[in-house]
Amino acid sequence: MNTKQAFFMAIKSLKNSKMRSFLTMLGIIIGVASVIILISLINGMTGEITSQFEGMGTNLLSVNLMGRGGNMTGNHSANIDTMEELVEDNPEYLAAMSPVVSVSSATVKYETYNVTASCTGISENYGSIRNYAVETGRFISYIDVENRHKVCVLGSYEVEELFGTEDPLGQTIKINGEEFTVIGTLPEKADSAEASNDDIILIPYTTAMQLASNARLSSYVFQATSGDVVKQAKTTIENALYTIYQSDDSYMVMSQAEMLEQMDELTGTMELILVGIAAISLLVGGIGIMNIMLVIVTERIREIGIRKSLGAKKRDILGQFLIESATTSALGGVVGIIVGIVVAYIFGALFDLSISPSLFSIILAFGVSVMIGIVFGYLPANKAAKLNPIDALRHE
Amino acid sequence: MIDLIEVYKIYFANLENEVRALDGITLHIGKGEFVAIVGQSGSGKSTCMNIIGCLDVPTQGEYIINDVNVAHYSDDALAALRNKTLGFVFQQYNLIGKLNILENVELPLIYGGYTPKERREMAMEALERVGLTNRILHFPNELSGGQQQRVSIARALVTKPQVILADEPTGALDSKTGIEILELLQELNREGCTVVLITHDTHIASYAKRTVSLQDGKITSDRVKGGLLS
Repeated sequence: MNTKQAFFMAIKSLKNSKMRSFLTMLGIIIGVASVIILISLINGMTGEITSQFEGMGTNLLSVNLMGRGGNMTGNHSANIDTMEELVEDNPEYLAAMSPVVSVSSATVKYETYNVTASCTGISENYGSIRNYAVETGRFISYIDVENRHKVCVLGSYEVEELFGTEDPLGQTIKINGEEFTVIGTLPEKADSAEASNDDIILIPYTTAMQLASNARLSSYVFQATSGDVVKQAKTTIENALYTIYQSDDSYMVMSQAEMLEQMDELTGTMELILVGIAAISLLVGGIGIMNIMLVIVTERIREIGIRKSLGAKKRDILGQFLIESATTSALGGVVGIIVGIVVAYIFGALFDLSISPSLFSIILAFGVSVMIGIVFGYLPANKAAKLNPIDALRHE
Repeated sequence: MIDLIEVYKIYFANLENEVRALDGITLHIGKGEFVAIVGQSGSGKSTCMNIIGCLDVPTQGEYIINDVNVAHYSDDALAALRNKTLGFVFQQYNLIGKLNILENVELPLIYGGYTPKERREMAMEALERVGLTNRILHFPNELSGGQQQRVSIARALVTKPQVILADEPTGALDSKTGIEILELLQELNREGCTVVLITHDTHIASYAKRTVSLQDGKITSDRVKGGLLS
């Protein structure tokens, strides 16, 4: 008997008991659909994060000083001057530096409009470090920093939320109750979405320190002269900091590439866990198929006897039942893939996430479901093939 | 054609409840014969038919069909023999309910490795032989008992076997339809097919040219119509 014939016979047998076939497939459908949904969401998420990171440039280094900045060692601790000296002393590796002071979840008000945003205190170098060019107005200047001017540059999300179509330049907004003058706006980078690169308020770091009542600078961002010398730049900073603190627990220097790597690792682990859960549901689906195939074999013992009396060999019977179970689970797989993609896109639309179902995950899901049919169908099929023709013929 | 030599089929051998279904049977059936094997239930006639039909192998003894000793053939080799050399007609017709008449008759040809075109031609020929060409797309449960048995005869002869084994072929039919079936078997025999008929009914056995009686796994008589043989 050839495969094509067995395939049509399998379809026929599935059609004959639609409800049972559907329930058998359900396990596979759910398993495959969840694999597709999870992989689509994670892919989309990873893509978004990666593009955000890449938008920042690849030659950035962030420096964080821990604890009290190692003041315990007594006479010496790193401050803004140390960092500035670093840039001046190593022009071959380091191009620029800016302190970073975060005022997280600040309340920002303009007239009756208000948003909660993260405010970042920076120096005049920050614009060139992060490739920020203002769209209108001007960037924060050295004078603003020195004199602790209460001025701010707004991202396009804040402009849209607070001012709509109004011109924000020269207007006064309130950040945590303090009045700030808008001196510039940034061009749109990521559809002005919340929590994107467009959701940003930049103020002089000196002002930010007052606002956050933070007496000490602990975060800095450095720009390496090019992407190729990031490693050397990192070593230079680390060496300098080690000389000051005599311990590498007091600071952390991380390059953009390393942050990306860490992010990848994190999403990779997440992916593994979620796919593992989906795999369990596929396993349960496979057991469901095995169960129903055992029932089908018992139901058809007499038919198997007849086929054997007409000259069916072991492998004919084995093939027939294997193809039937593989067809069942493959069909479940196809339905699962379709359901998965549809649900993933619905999720994406509802929660404003980007979705990218990968071809690889679709092929994998289909392959796995066919394999499940064969693996879990083998035991029942083999049971059928091994039946003794006389016993099978006599079976009622 | 068919030679059973000192064939034993023993269940639970050497135990207290040992059953000798066949107790040393020697039987020769020549080409073109029409033999009835008669016996009460428990006489061993079904076991005898299973062994002749290669559905079972003897515990001891030789079974030679077409000059080949198949007593110790593998399952697959026996399956091939059933497919090519033997045709079965059962009391319960044993048609597959999900397949239509044509598909049922084509089934042995599928296992025989014929192409779809050959299968269709051969199946139609066999159905024509039993006079059922107008019902090929019906399903077995849409036919009468006699028609179903004719389909099963068509299925048995579609591979052009040398031997047709009929196990109580009239058991589920009324006497008039039963006679039609027996006459069909006689016709096939006249055309050169060896027919072995298993029955408990001596009247039905009288349609055969030769009657072999079995009791307790032993042959008690073997007579040819109009006289005794050996």
